[in-house]
Amino acid sequence: MRAPDAVAAGDTLLAVDNVSLRFGGVKAISDVSFDIRKGEIRAIIGPNGAGKTSMLNCINGFYHPQEGRITFKGETRRRMRPYVAASQGIARTFQNVALFKGMSTLDNIMAGRTLKMNRGFFWQLLRYGPAMAEEIAHRKVVEEIIDFLQIEHIRKVPVGKLPYGLQKRVELARALAMEPELLLLDEPMAGMNLEEKEDMCRFILDVNQQYGTTIALIEHDMGVVMDLSDRVVVLEYGRKIADGTPDEVKRDPRVIDAYLGVAH
Amino acid sequence: MFYRETGQFKTTYQADMAVFPIRQDRIGLAFILLVAFAVIPFVGSDFFISSVMIPFLVFSLAAIGLNILTGYTGLISLGTAAFMGVGAYSCYKLTTFFPGINIIVLILASGLVSAAIGVLFGLPSLRIKGFYLAVATLAAQFFLQWCFVRVPWLFNYNASGAIEVPQRLVFGVPVTGALATPETRYFVCLALVVVLTWFASNLVHGRIGRSWMAVRDMDIAAELMGIRLLNTKLLAFAVSSFYCGVAGAMMIFLWYGGGEAADVFSIRLSFNILFMVIIGGLGSLLGSFFGAAFLASLPTIMKFGLPAIGVPLSGATAEHVTFMLVGALIILFLIVEPHGLARLWQIGKQKLRTWPFPY
Amino acid sequence: MGTLYAIFVDPFMQMGSAPDLLVQTLWEGLVAGVLYALIALGFVLIFKASGVFNFAQGIMVVFAALTLVGLYEKGVPAWIAVFLTLGVMFLLAVTIERVVLRPLVNQPDIILFMATFGITYFLIGFGESLFGGNPKQMIAGELGLPRGAVEVKMLGGFVAFQKIDIAAAVIASAMIAGLAVFFQYTRIGRALRAVADSHKAALSVGISLNQIWVIVWFAAGIVALVTGIMWGARSDVSFALEIVALKALPVLILGGFTSVPGAIVGGLLIGVGEKLGEFYWGPLIGGGIESWLAYFIALAFLLFRPQGLFGDKIIERI
Repeated sequence: MRAPDAVAAGDTLLAVDNVSLRFGGVKAISDVSFDIRKGEIRAIIGPNGAGKTSMLNCINGFYHPQEGRITFKGETRRRMRPYVAASQGIARTFQNVALFKGMSTLDNIMAGRTLKMNRGFFWQLLRYGPAMAEEIAHRKVVEEIIDFLQIEHIRKVPVGKLPYGLQKRVELARALAMEPELLLLDEPMAGMNLEEKEDMCRFILDVNQQYGTTIALIEHDMGVVMDLSDRVVVLEYGRKIADGTPDEVKRDPRVIDAYLGVAH
Repeated sequence: MFYRETGQFKTTYQADMAVFPIRQDRIGLAFILLVAFAVIPFVGSDFFISSVMIPFLVFSLAAIGLNILTGYTGLISLGTAAFMGVGAYSCYKLTTFFPGINIIVLILASGLVSAAIGVLFGLPSLRIKGFYLAVATLAAQFFLQWCFVRVPWLFNYNASGAIEVPQRLVFGVPVTGALATPETRYFVCLALVVVLTWFASNLVHGRIGRSWMAVRDMDIAAELMGIRLLNTKLLAFAVSSFYCGVAGAMMIFLWYGGGEAADVFSIRLSFNILFMVIIGGLGSLLGSFFGAAFLASLPTIMKFGLPAIGVPLSGATAEHVTFMLVGALIILFLIVEPHGLARLWQIGKQKLRTWPFPY
Repeated sequence: MGTLYAIFVDPFMQMGSAPDLLVQTLWEGLVAGVLYALIALGFVLIFKASGVFNFAQGIMVVFAALTLVGLYEKGVPAWIAVFLTLGVMFLLAVTIERVVLRPLVNQPDIILFMATFGITYFLIGFGESLFGGNPKQMIAGELGLPRGAVEVKMLGGFVAFQKIDIAAAVIASAMIAGLAVFFQYTRIGRALRAVADSHKAALSVGISLNQIWVIVWFAAGIVALVTGIMWGARSDVSFALEIVALKALPVLILGGFTSVPGAIVGGLLIGVGEKLGEFYWGPLIGGGIESWLAYFIALAFLLFRPQGLFGDKIIERI
């Protein structure tokens, strides 16, 4: 029986069970399990090299874990192509901005709509009638996102020319254009100044509340993590060392050890 | 002063998404088309039309083809000439099999054959990238060129190995063969190029073009956004080879009028078309025309133009100097403006837009 | 059935029935392979040091050989001509660094790759206008290279080893050993490997990029001259070599772009594979398959091992 697509708020949207990932002899992730509930903001934290980004890569099908299962919307899978993950509603942003540098902001975000556009090759050749109507319909959606993230002024600027903070915002816009159910944010605030960080926090909260998007977030700024997230999972050397609400995690002695070091 | 979009407000997304959103550009395009269709054929000499305009059109189309692959999708190809050759030889075979069918239909059909071969040689592009892919396309270049020489079926077992272009009529007017006038051949080339350019422009401005560019700029991110890499790359190979194939068929049937074709579609031609794309501008259709105009006219200028204005230059020297000039120009362009003539044109337009008061 | 037999059985029967021919073919392949490896070596040197995929290496070989012969024809004694040619290659390295590499520093790889196309075309035009387009005879005898062949009786027949080929193999090995020592154990070698990893990082610790580039391009020039002499001694010196030099690309794919041993092993493999293919399987489809077989070998190989023989598995990160 196939699980129903709609997952009610508060139920498990994504479950990671005993996932292990190896590169040759190096274990990037060993035996990690956690879940993400519909509608929450879930933070993944840990020191550098803890396997956080690798975890996200497993979730959206870019890496294939050797062991364990990942269940999304009730469907379990061992190996998944990134295309399938994307079409099931997983979108993400990247640690080092991975925008399409030669394209304008508008085209970048429009590219996020690719999966939702289905007019075939021959209509595309003519760019007329149904193809144009589709283009316009999606442009409207994209313009709403542009409004929402306040990037109207850079609509037609090639993203390669934008400052870093704005690039991060365009990347968020591109992910939002996919109308994801699960949004993976890989260090959305890295390298930003305080003001940009505050803006980005507000956008993340707004996305979560207005669109009801579930968010998994990697971030190093503890203040941000503790304020934003509903639950936090802590990784160290590829293992899970703590999982719980920000307050629980903050008091966990193993987390304190991992971040502050242990006196031997 | 005259080139300014002030007052041209766009009230619909359709208007904003037009390929030429500014009125002056549309007027300019209409003017160019008018000259191309209604002035050149009647004013230009036969030499001008058959040695300058037709080569320019053929090279433009091939450059557009390569630009779709290299400029828009970021896949380097050194096998352009081979795919042009596929177009030429399949057009020859098709005219043999279907003598009754309109030659223009056959030229387009040979583009489809070329597209199929292109997809075949594009298959490795899923696993290999960059320079490695360049080698895969070299395999296509040398293998196909070998076929053109060694598979006699391709040239109907002619002892000379040459393609003999038969006479074909369209609406009672000879379009190919010895009796076709340069003007007719020019009209057919022009019509094909205009329509195919319009198609290409539609493609690159829509969903497919965005997918191509996404793969070019950041393939991993594109994949994670749900763009299927293999399909996108293969489509680029198919479309690109289609354009090259049509250009190749046009080259033999409408320009050369037959002859030993295997040597024509050599790696030198592949390089030349790559240079057109680089000099014109990677990822710009307009640039393909600039590049083709520039490189197609350069040898003619060196050979006929310079002696005409009194610079003595033997044929061989002219060729050597052309080589040096092309080499130097490529380096110069890459240093000064890696985006080619198309970007210079844009900068020029921008300057014109704010002239005479740049504030 | 007959076709399958002709493809999968018959060639091996031939090999077994005439082992002397097989040895001869293998030797021919190895010799061609040494020359491919030499060209590939020039590519690798430059790629390692500047990240530039130097398409012009092939034409540099032609240019060096033409300069040598051209100088000799002007009446310069052979050995002095060699040193003068080395001087020309040095000037070429300096010029390329000045005019091409320095203005293009920190540009994407693809731009630099295309720039080497420009160098190629410029050198073709320049070389032809200086020396003319006709093939020339290499001055192998004047340089003291041996002539003739050694006939060895083995396996029920005679196998001929050209002395020049033996000399080529020896000289190539010596040169490769010398380069390996130079890059592994000298200060410049270390700087060079640093530059290969990252231009910016190397600059930031005070390594002069410009100096390193001149050195590697000059080293590639020396390799080019040696290749040109060897190649020229076997056939003649002409611009046709430019197409043959493209075969270094499949060699590099086999060996990996940054590995000197890879270039050598790849070169030998391609050389042998090509000759065997042409000799035993070529006649089945009309011959002349040497022009593309190398690319197909490399392509087939790429599909199974994209990182090359000696490359590390690439982990894609994001």
